[in-house]
Amino acid sequence: MTSTYRYLPDTKQDQKEMLALLMISSVDELFEDVPKEIRLEGELNIPDALSEALLVKKMHQLSSQNKQANQYPIFLGAGTYDHYIPSVVNHVISRSEFYTAYTPYQPEISQGELQAIFEFQTMVCELTGMDVANSSMYDGPTSLAEAASLAVMSTRRSKVVVSRSVHPESRAILNTVSGGLDYTVEEAVLDGDITDLKKLQEQMDQDTAAVIVQYPNFFGSIEDLTKIKKISEEKGALFIVSANPLALALLEAPGKLGADIVTGDMQPLGIPMSFGGPHCGYFAVKKKMMRKVPGRIVGQTTDEQGKRGFVLTLQAREQHIRRDKASSNICSNQALNALASAVCMASLGKEGIRQMAQLNIEKADYMAKCLQKKGFNVKNKAPFFNEFIVELPLPIKKINAKLLERSMIGGFDLGNDYRLEKQMLIAVTEQRTKEEIDQFVTVLEAMING
Amino acid sequence: MAEYNELIFEISRPGRIGSSLPESDVEKVDLHDKLPAHLIRDLPAELPEVSELQLIRHYTALSNKNHGIDNGFYPLGSCTMKYNPKINEDVARFEGFSRIHPYQPIETVQGALTLLYELQEDLAKVTGMDAVTLQPSAGAQGEWTGLMMVKAYFAQKGEKRTKVLVPDSAHGTNPASATVAGFKTVTIPSNEDGLVDLTELRKHVDHDTAALMLTNPNTLGLFEKDIVDIAKVIHEAGGLLYYDGANANAILGKTTPGKMGFDIVHLNLHKTFTTPHGGGGPGAGPVGVKEKLIPYLPVPRIEKENDRYVLNSHHPLSIGRVKGYYGNFGILVRAYTYIRTMGPIGLRQVSESAVLHANYLRKKLEPYFESPYSQFCKHEFVLSGSRQKKLGVRTLDMAKRLLDFGYHPPTIYFPLNVEECMMIEPTETESKETMDAFAEAMIQIAKEVEENPELVLEAPHTTIIGRLDEVQAARQPVLRYSKEK
Repeated sequence: MTSTYRYLPDTKQDQKEMLALLMISSVDELFEDVPKEIRLEGELNIPDALSEALLVKKMHQLSSQNKQANQYPIFLGAGTYDHYIPSVVNHVISRSEFYTAYTPYQPEISQGELQAIFEFQTMVCELTGMDVANSSMYDGPTSLAEAASLAVMSTRRSKVVVSRSVHPESRAILNTVSGGLDYTVEEAVLDGDITDLKKLQEQMDQDTAAVIVQYPNFFGSIEDLTKIKKISEEKGALFIVSANPLALALLEAPGKLGADIVTGDMQPLGIPMSFGGPHCGYFAVKKKMMRKVPGRIVGQTTDEQGKRGFVLTLQAREQHIRRDKASSNICSNQALNALASAVCMASLGKEGIRQMAQLNIEKADYMAKCLQKKGFNVKNKAPFFNEFIVELPLPIKKINAKLLERSMIGGFDLGNDYRLEKQMLIAVTEQRTKEEIDQFVTVLEAMING
Repeated sequence: MAEYNELIFEISRPGRIGSSLPESDVEKVDLHDKLPAHLIRDLPAELPEVSELQLIRHYTALSNKNHGIDNGFYPLGSCTMKYNPKINEDVARFEGFSRIHPYQPIETVQGALTLLYELQEDLAKVTGMDAVTLQPSAGAQGEWTGLMMVKAYFAQKGEKRTKVLVPDSAHGTNPASATVAGFKTVTIPSNEDGLVDLTELRKHVDHDTAALMLTNPNTLGLFEKDIVDIAKVIHEAGGLLYYDGANANAILGKTTPGKMGFDIVHLNLHKTFTTPHGGGGPGAGPVGVKEKLIPYLPVPRIEKENDRYVLNSHHPLSIGRVKGYYGNFGILVRAYTYIRTMGPIGLRQVSESAVLHANYLRKKLEPYFESPYSQFCKHEFVLSGSRQKKLGVRTLDMAKRLLDFGYHPPTIYFPLNVEECMMIEPTETESKETMDAFAEAMIQIAKEVEENPELVLEAPHTTIIGRLDEVQAARQPVLRYSKEK
């Protein structure tokens, strides 16, 4: 055991001195309490160590086998979006005082992280129109499932109703989670691209803990939260909204429209797509539910001299205190990505975030109109944000293969999750230029006509 | 330079901006033509308005108020605060990894799937399991995923077992995960050696026992040497054995949970496999299982089909999805990079060094603090501040005093079964000089407790802020900035 590995500092001399203090002759003696029959004979059967230079080469080879959005304009969204990330974001999260720290258990030497998260919580409250936000959850879907569980526990009712216009993966995770806590998940059917409110009303009963919708929904359409709140309120159910934080720059805040819990994913604001993770869930509530929120929360306080400072607070809610009485088991969260999104929001600022959202609306609107002009059917009846459904005369898989030949990544095939054959969900962010959009439409037209 | 103490909202001025967006190259849209008025925001969200330099100065000032591993020693027990290699950060940022969408055609993400598949294989080897899912985002989510599989396994056998056993030294997430998975938790007291008491265990194990959750080495840093018998007791009652991998840094290449008799394992990649803790996350908590539990793994599973890698959701007995997409991919890339850097011999040396370091440091501190267990420890150890408590100084005070020496204190008041506990984990990446210097600081503090306790009771003295009023924070919560104040 010598320091032939750059992360292991012990020299032979170090080792000798440490063993001497312990009055043993080899490290093996420290493992003598591991019964012989369970010791590993020989080495682990994994590939041998690589030098940094060779490793970098190998990782470049692996990464270059993937087609990435910088080279292939991408029209996929469906919960994960290709947005511009200001350069400052990566610079801030690369400060190793942030990324090599753990949860700020010692506030005196963690004020930076604590304050940054306090600011993040404030920004989430601003966008969602809620009173209290936590320091982050794993991702949007798991955050939504936690909201459903919280609703069940706090209302003591045993059913949640979730719209089919909520992301299919969110509903799948909700189903898994509900199996653990033993509550029922009922789906509310659709009227085209939005929740069928009449049917939803019929579905509601005294045992309904919550109504769950997405805003904008999975198809990009903007549900009328005011109407859904009314339906939810009639039966005393909580109203849970999963919202895209970028859209909230221009859409009325769910908190203003009666939401009791707002969740979602900060990915559109400063977090790379990264093949689906790590992203960053957020979780926000009205004041009355403050002491039931899962996960860590940062609060402001003072030190002995009255100086402002920040600490982890309301910890009586959490697993390390309540153990089996805790309502959530979350411990590690997505703090660094919460920081990334806070930096992105600060960089965009009050005006910039509105401009960015406006660009998304305009680009999607432009593309939808182009497609309509070419005779394709845009299926959304409700207004949409940066995503919409288009019906095409060929299987989506075939179209996407052709687009790929032309170095473009096409939209999401709605044939699998919704059995909407030949319908594509297209996302158009501010990253897509008019030229790229026109090219997409041209390829499509050529394919259909030729 | 004057001390910086502003919130980003307080330096905000109307009209400033920190980014530049492209001009629209398409037709303008008036939102009012599209949406009913009540769905349009009339009051903008009050996000800060700062220039780019102001933003950078703000966050640089904040970073200067934060202690990470790169700043100094961080012996936070059970958290494995080892060095976070820089190359891992570079690789995770390659555009071929960071700018790929989870729903791209699988032909366009074969590199990513290759990496994930190989990582599954490597982690299966490290844990001695037959298959691995990379989906869970963190250890706690891994625990819950594992317990949901336990539930599904018994349901398939037509059994409904309701109990999950955990030792009193277990992490708080263990009982919380059991609750969220719908089980009742039964706590098993440890014996005087700090290990699972076999007699106590036998008393509690019956045909209603679904699983025992165990950390080995346990949170006291002690190896459960009776693990083979423990496994036997559980398996004979038809139960399953769950391995909490929080302390896996002690066993790499030395033994595996599989060999110990465990059926399910989670690993914390942000502990054992060097991915950064990020100020609280993101982490990753892959779960490995033995053959009989494979059908219950979350979907989609990453599988190899001839020469290509695919995502397969056609597993009817699966517990379903536990997280969006396929896991915290960016974190998984870092762990993969680390494993390829170390190889099998390197990983074994990691654990050997980690264990040597913990024993060395403990030996140096034992004359000055109560050391409740005499056997060799593994990668971490506990001390009790009970001797100092008698002199009126608590472990919390000594932890705060350590801040004056530039160290992050150990984990304190955990595990719960040790009075005034300090749980110390030096890790393999720290040099002997660092541990020697830390030991000197601890010894000096022990002397101060005897000679000048005020110095310790009033600590910290050198930090930018004093001890904070946590009671006030919880009683009158201020959880966001408000302009009015």
